Amino acid sequence: MQISASTTPILKVEHLTMRFGGLVAVDDVSFEANRGDITAIIGPNGAGKTTLFNCITGFYKPTVGMITMTRANQSQFILERLPDYVISRNAGVARTFQNIRLFAGMTALENLLVAQHKELIAASGFTFGGILGLPSFKNAEKAALEKAANWLERVGLLDRADDAAGDLPYGAQRRLEIARAMCTEPELLCLDEPAAGLNPRESKELNRLLLSIRDQDGISILLIEHDMGVVMEISDHIVVLDHGKKISDGTPEQIRSDPAVIAAYLGVEDEETATIEEELSS
Amino acid sequence: MSGNIFAHVSYFARQLKKTVIAAQNSHIVRGLKEAAIAAQNSHLAQRLKDAAIAAQGYHIGRPLKEAAIAAAVAFLLCIPMFVFKTIEAPGGLSLETRWGLVGAIVTFAFLGKLILGLLQSEHVLTKMPASSAFIANRWSDMFKFVGPAMIVFAVILPFLPFSDRYIMDLAVLVLTYVMLGWGLNIVVGLAGLLDLGYVAFYAVGAYSYALLAAHFGFSFWICLPLAGILAAFWGIILGFPVLRLRGDYLAIVTLAFGEIIRVVLLNWYEFTGGPDGLSGIPRPTFFGLEFSRWPQEGEETFHTFFGLDYSSLHRIIFLYYIILILALITNWVTIRLRKLPIGRAWEAMREDEIACKSLGINTVMTKLSAFAIGAMFGGFAGSFFATKQGFISPESFVFLESAIILAIVVLGGMGSQIGVAIAAVVLIGGLEYLRELTISKAIFGNSFDANQWRMVIFGLLMVMVMVWRPRGLIANRTPSVALQERRAIGADLVKEGQG
Repeated sequence: MQISASTTPILKVEHLTMRFGGLVAVDDVSFEANRGDITAIIGPNGAGKTTLFNCITGFYKPTVGMITMTRANQSQFILERLPDYVISRNAGVARTFQNIRLFAGMTALENLLVAQHKELIAASGFTFGGILGLPSFKNAEKAALEKAANWLERVGLLDRADDAAGDLPYGAQRRLEIARAMCTEPELLCLDEPAAGLNPRESKELNRLLLSIRDQDGISILLIEHDMGVVMEISDHIVVLDHGKKISDGTPEQIRSDPAVIAAYLGVEDEETATIEEELSS
Repeated sequence: MSGNIFAHVSYFARQLKKTVIAAQNSHIVRGLKEAAIAAQNSHLAQRLKDAAIAAQGYHIGRPLKEAAIAAAVAFLLCIPMFVFKTIEAPGGLSLETRWGLVGAIVTFAFLGKLILGLLQSEHVLTKMPASSAFIANRWSDMFKFVGPAMIVFAVILPFLPFSDRYIMDLAVLVLTYVMLGWGLNIVVGLAGLLDLGYVAFYAVGAYSYALLAAHFGFSFWICLPLAGILAAFWGIILGFPVLRLRGDYLAIVTLAFGEIIRVVLLNWYEFTGGPDGLSGIPRPTFFGLEFSRWPQEGEETFHTFFGLDYSSLHRIIFLYYIILILALITNWVTIRLRKLPIGRAWEAMREDEIACKSLGINTVMTKLSAFAIGAMFGGFAGSFFATKQGFISPESFVFLESAIILAIVVLGGMGSQIGVAIAAVVLIGGLEYLRELTISKAIFGNSFDANQWRMVIFGLLMVMVMVWRPRGLIANRTPSVALQERRAIGADLVKEGQG
């Protein structure tokens, strides 16, 4: 996808640094994610990818730096100044987790309804109207159920809507977590290793889902991923981190031939390098 | 340059793959494979037999071992407690040994543990089989009719032939605890916040009513909502400092909060009367009609208005219906809240607080609302308690009360309305009823006093429930909403909350 110069980037990260005591997990990282793009953040283990994610989604407060989110209506949010729940509620940034964090004891449908808390709590008149069963709340709930059912269908889980989320197979849980994040009506979807633990077939399905989110819903995606098959196939833009520093930034083709990236990956064990390179070149 | 490296590596990989495929196709490998399969088949029967023997050994051996350990523990415990008894003998005291009793206890422990162990290894008792959802559904089917039946029974109870003063007093007490259990269930069962100081809100409600009535002359019906609001306010006051705490730490701070309230009530003599308590708390009126024997000048009482003979039971029955309605309101509101976004947010917070934040849920407000609403029902129950007793003192709001209410919630199954009600009936009603039990006398002879043993029976009951259903009587969770069919969720998936 071509980047048009006129649009402001949806996410702008400037000089982001995160220190934990003496450890510098993210060191002066700056990059931009463009609207309507799938931006991938890759890097060897311990490169600071998840820390960067946690800074963007408000779970960590960065030591230095500024993260600016620009919504489609041009309203801007300085993410590092916002409490974590506001980032999702007002700034339109939704995320998933590396180790799936579904509400295991609630059904798939309930998981998606919890994600629509903002609309529903307002419609329920902050619970007082809801207790009395006002029709405005009933309508809002109906709409929320429809939206949930729609997303369950898109991730292929409609027939398991009333099963506990913890009972679903692993791949389905990953898809449900993405659907749950999408139910918060985000503009930027942050996915932390969505393909981890998926078999090749599920991985293909995931690619299709992510592309449809980008193309049909027009949602920008920020992605951490180890599976190079996924990264190279669907990303529009890749940022490479190593030891907390940004070492490369560009299109998949540029990254594939960047000597700094290859050196970073060659730094790890031989067999691992071989598989990574095979995937990169395939 | 980099492209070259990739090309080289992938070339080597491709070569390696080819070699492996070639080797697989070769006859040597095929022969080896066949031999392996043949070997496997010939040994299969033998292996199955071995496995069966091993399995049998497991079934008998382990329970036997565990039973022996239990017997040994029972024996060790018996030595200080049962072996020696002092008896009066000429010229002072002397010791009598009771080895027969010890033997009986040890045998009981051994056999009990053995039976329990055998049942466990058959996956009958503690472990749910793979289809835990199926069992969960069977349980919820069974309890579908229990709820309405219990409500009908509660409504007609005062008119049943066996309902005397004692039964009605006990029923009022039980319903008070049912209501407290339901109130605490919001905090502990739904929101997953372990609150060990719930009795503080009960106390706030009771003292609010007593003080408002004494100073401003408000009636019960005005004070009831005020007491609820004040208790909710204190719930928020407690909520703020504990927002960052989880699990054990939250439990300790809430426990301390409960004690602080009690100690303040005890020591603020000018305001609360300190250990003397507050007396002369006005009784509730039935639309302005009092329940006294002699009407005041120019006023009517309940029995003169309806042309009835005076009976002290009228007031008890009236109180019974007040607490029944209050409890049912608590139940109705809780059931309703569970289906509203706030209730779902509570349960989601119990399941995973971090995920909640990532979905834009303000967990601070969610926690405070759980504390406030739970406390409000505690306050209602407290003001009812004050009007029922007519006298309150800090004695009534000790930690043991909090512990009993929490035990009701945990035994009933956290989050389950009907489980909490059953647990309250068994724990409060059953325990009181044991005092009067006459069947035990028929079995064990007239010298057996059930009253002396009731705490032992109580303890045994608790242990049994926790062995049999470690997550409480009704541990499974009914979803708040469904597209096609509402299926209960097994207890193994539902989290208790981290605090």
